Amino acid sequence: MWYRGGVGQWSWILHRVTGVGVLVFLCLHILDTFLIILGPEQYNHIIALYRVPLFRVMEVGLFASVLFHALNGVRIILIDFWVDLTRFQRRLFYAEVACFVVVMIPVAYLMLRPVFGW
Amino acid sequence: MTTSLSYSSPKPSGGFELWAWLFMRLSGLALLGLALGHLVIMHLLNNVDAIDYNFVAGRYVGWFWRGYDLAMLLLAMLHGLNGARTLLDDYVPARRRRAAVTLLYLIGAVFLVMGTVAIVCFTPVTAPHS
Repeated sequence: MWYRGGVGQWSWILHRVTGVGVLVFLCLHILDTFLIILGPEQYNHIIALYRVPLFRVMEVGLFASVLFHALNGVRIILIDFWVDLTRFQRRLFYAEVACFVVVMIPVAYLMLRPVFGW
Repeated sequence: MTTSLSYSSPKPSGGFELWAWLFMRLSGLALLGLALGHLVIMHLLNNVDAIDYNFVAGRYVGWFWRGYDLAMLLLAMLHGLNGARTLLDDYVPARRRRAAVTLLYLIGAVFLVMGTVAIVCFTPVTAPHS
């Protein structure tokens, strides 16, 4: 499966990649939450994994994946229901990327602050 | 079917596929609030240093957050499964597609049950002081 190049190609690939990534994480997250049935000590031990520095960096990736998937989804919905916007679809994609960057910079800073002691 | 100009899936003409197409868009909008809200609450308003057994126990005293999490779990899993089905349709050879989709649904059902049990049945025991 392949679309004709350009920004549409990239948004389409990124939508699939972030979608699969978030689904895989969702399954892991259901598993770790389910293990709360083992009791406080075991659950606290398992959930501490989220505080490991490598995991915190991956959590920023998770946030970025959900945010991109959401923004790109909004763009798809806008174009699906207001066909006139198709003329602006390239500009819509650039607006989406701009929103993504503007949100992710403070989010990454706040999430990584404890790791780097900022 | 018309050629998609939006680089999204072309709108199906009817039947199950049309409902699936519509579901992806509606659940996507709901998850925009639910999933991003969940991330903001857990990683920005709180952070992973604060999240432990007592934190969950405190959140799950009432039914509001259980309801929130249950809605998010159901919508996210169905949205994800339907998305994954689309990928299997595109990348798995026709003769193995049916088996692949069945396996996908089975795995999804197991996780959906596990998540539901955790949210609905959780009753905190006295937690050790951390």
